[in-house]
Amino acid sequence: MVGWFAELGLADRPQVGGKGGSLGELARAGIAVPPGFVVKTAAFERFLEAAENEAPVRALIESVDPDSLADVTALSRQLRARVEAAPLPQDLAGAIERAYGKLNESHQAAVAVRSSATTEDAADASFAGLQDTYLWVQSLEQTLDKVRSCWGSLYSVESITYRRRHQFAERDVAMAVVVQTMVDARTAGVMFTRSPLTGDRSVMAIEGSWGLGSAVVGGEVTPDRWVIGKITGEISVREISDKQIRHVPLNEGGIQSVAVDESQRQIPCMSDVELEALRIVGRKVERHYGRPQDIEWAVDRHSGAILLLQSRPETVWSSREAAPVGRPAEDPSLHVLKIFGGFTR
Amino acid sequence: MDMPAKAKQFPLPSSLKVVPGTERAQAAYPYYTQFEAADDQRFWFYNSMHFPEPMAAFDMVTAEAAYCALGSSNTRVQCLPTTLGIDHRIINGRVYIGGNAVTDPAQIARRLEEFKQRAFYYYANWERLYDQWRQKMMALINAAQALPTPYLPEFEPLANVHAGRGIAANHTLLDTYQKTLEGYFRMWHHHFEFLLLGYGAYLTFFDFCKKAFPEITDQTIARMVAGIEAEIFRPDDELRRLARCAVELGIDPHFGKQLSATQLIETLRTEGEAGRAWLKELEISRHPWFNINVGDGFYHYHRAWNDDLSMPFASLPDYIARVKAGESLHRPVEKLLEERKQLIEDYRELLITEEERGAYDQMITLAHRVFPYVEGHKFYCEHWYTNLFFNKIREFGVLLAQHEFFGDAEDVFQLTHYELESAIIDLMTAWSNGSAPRGPGHWPKLVAERRAAIREWAKHETPPALGVVPDVIDDPAIVMLWGITRESLDAWLSTGADSDPNELKGFAACRGVVEGTARIVKSVDEISRLQKGDILVCQVTNPTWAPIFGKIAAAVSDIGGSMSHAAIVAREYGLPAVVGTGNGTSRIKDGQRIRVDGGRGIVTILG
Repeated sequence: MVGWFAELGLADRPQVGGKGGSLGELARAGIAVPPGFVVKTAAFERFLEAAENEAPVRALIESVDPDSLADVTALSRQLRARVEAAPLPQDLAGAIERAYGKLNESHQAAVAVRSSATTEDAADASFAGLQDTYLWVQSLEQTLDKVRSCWGSLYSVESITYRRRHQFAERDVAMAVVVQTMVDARTAGVMFTRSPLTGDRSVMAIEGSWGLGSAVVGGEVTPDRWVIGKITGEISVREISDKQIRHVPLNEGGIQSVAVDESQRQIPCMSDVELEALRIVGRKVERHYGRPQDIEWAVDRHSGAILLLQSRPETVWSSREAAPVGRPAEDPSLHVLKIFGGFTR
Repeated sequence: MDMPAKAKQFPLPSSLKVVPGTERAQAAYPYYTQFEAADDQRFWFYNSMHFPEPMAAFDMVTAEAAYCALGSSNTRVQCLPTTLGIDHRIINGRVYIGGNAVTDPAQIARRLEEFKQRAFYYYANWERLYDQWRQKMMALINAAQALPTPYLPEFEPLANVHAGRGIAANHTLLDTYQKTLEGYFRMWHHHFEFLLLGYGAYLTFFDFCKKAFPEITDQTIARMVAGIEAEIFRPDDELRRLARCAVELGIDPHFGKQLSATQLIETLRTEGEAGRAWLKELEISRHPWFNINVGDGFYHYHRAWNDDLSMPFASLPDYIARVKAGESLHRPVEKLLEERKQLIEDYRELLITEEERGAYDQMITLAHRVFPYVEGHKFYCEHWYTNLFFNKIREFGVLLAQHEFFGDAEDVFQLTHYELESAIIDLMTAWSNGSAPRGPGHWPKLVAERRAAIREWAKHETPPALGVVPDVIDDPAIVMLWGITRESLDAWLSTGADSDPNELKGFAACRGVVEGTARIVKSVDEISRLQKGDILVCQVTNPTWAPIFGKIAAAVSDIGGSMSHAAIVAREYGLPAVVGTGNGTSRIKDGQRIRVDGGRGIVTILG
């Protein structure tokens, strides 16, 4: 019911969801990710089975009218309350407790608890953003709570509506949960292993800002931006912005937004050496998957290590690949007519 | 000249006036180079890349011979489908040029068929033809070297008389001059035999890369194509070799004594076996590799290393120190080749389809095939042969100065090549007749006037272009050789409207951001002013400057593109550089603090 990242890969997605499979795949490929484990869908099935024994869950969803917001809202409220209040089966709680203990032997206590739905991040039906993530969770008790909250997020208004609109069979829908050491990020951000502007596969675009990556992903800060030659490492664009806020962990769990110190606001949040290291990692990930990636990364405040939090296939440009730029010619000299022949360049 | 910020066109040629007081100097240029009324209908641009300073009357032959050869290759020999040759005009010592595009579709189609039979033959037989080219070029160089020094004896040597030679020394004078000029025009034909085809093949690959990888930098493409063992690197390689020799022979302490080149050579000559052994090595390096001039071959005063050893010698102490510190100073040729190969493979891997990879392979293969010529020809043409040419003219200057035509032998360059022939005929006639030549009463005044005019012209800015801006610039020669596009013209037109007065834009030649003290260096004599960590600001950077690249922190030049030799050499040395800023040497003041961003092609004046 629980699997460590190093034991998992993309092929395990039906059991560990998109996020869990991706983190496992990265870890296996030798990419540094914050260590953690996945509470597999089997655990969710086991939990839901117990719940269904008390009162129906899936049948209620399949019969709700997705166009009636009132009905969906009422159902969502009811199911989430049930999921969050239901006790975990003993064997399941034990398994999570053991894994959590092991994670804490070598690492600090704070973890991120992330939903990882089985169909999430799949190209055909993106659930991305519809499930909850809980950052900076401080204790085993909280962790167990947040695992149930993640399961519960499967019954959010948006999630239910989305599934009904797309007519997914409820029995095919399951939720895995990633429990992962939190990175106390000095700097964090995103990286596209192709240009978001032109689709150029020979450059990478990196955006980053001080603190946790949630400030960048959530659009709460204008990040620094670089464009780097994927192969040459040449930095062709450097836009250092005025980074006014950063996200930091709260002692009691969760995160908060604080003002960036005046002296730090307009200096680059990444050194050239770090950008180069990030380029190498990005290239490795892209090569591993054989296609451009959309990556979330962070620099550990204490160790300075660059860690990947997530990597997904880039979808915008990949879905509209252009016509081939050229074809071999019978006589290679014919190519020069592009220049000499009076065609518009 | 001020231009309204939103002007749709540049000033017309007819509105550009000769600087008052210089009319007679302007009139010295041949009639066919003077602007005329019909020229208002055409578009012209100032060729600041090759002619950044007002040109002396004689030096104009470099434009004339070059355009004559470029045009015949384009128009009549290879038959480029869409372009003919390039016309040139001179005003205030500045060279304006205009292309002749072919726009009639029927003409283009007809020329295209010719082009395929001619250019494609060159591409298919490139190595053999290039090998033949080298032989032709060496024969030309040998012929130029064999020309006698112009000389008029009091009496014809007895041996000539007894041999029944039948011509006198004054005829040899004319013969030598005409052969000198003929050889120079011929050299330019050789120069353009391959050049456009070479650039075209390179640009074909360039164009493909820009489409496949829209954000790839020019430097990266250049690195994929550029040669590693091109002739252009040899002069500096020879200096490194000489530094190693000096250390091996144990004569290196002499180089730290701040001696002039002449003093140093004299010291070594008299200092025993080791000193003489090194001088022997020096001679091996000098011929031919010091036949490299400090400019681009278009000004008589850009002298060769061989004519002024202070330039190459200035870098020897640095190289010697590095050898003693344990550096080998060998260029890692194998490693550079391996890196180039890897770069090409890595970009290839990013292409999506096998079809694209197939096209890429064909284009890079062709680019590699033509590139040794593109890089190598300059050493033979613009450097070696051009030095021989100017030095031969200089010898005529010496002879004419001896006969009081000029106060200074260098004055000879103030005459056009027609005028020089007339001066030579004047002298040979006077020698024949035993009378006094007329030249001494004729030339000194004109020379003084022309020298003053050049000084005056240099003080005046000249518009970057003249006439109506064409909608598209589809002339491959203009695009290739000058990098001029509709966009760059629009940028010129908007200069001053919203640009930062402390910012200069140029071509990104070699990445790296450096701040330092600007040193404006306009001639080789000023090289010694450069201190370690200074930023060199000059009109043209050139392979010749490579030896000082170890000393300076960055380089900025007025002219040159991302494929210019300056850029190639800067990359080779990892020296941050911005080339082609247009007017860096006039906008930046000596001693100012500046920032050079070689990756973005931006120079900022910090104050």
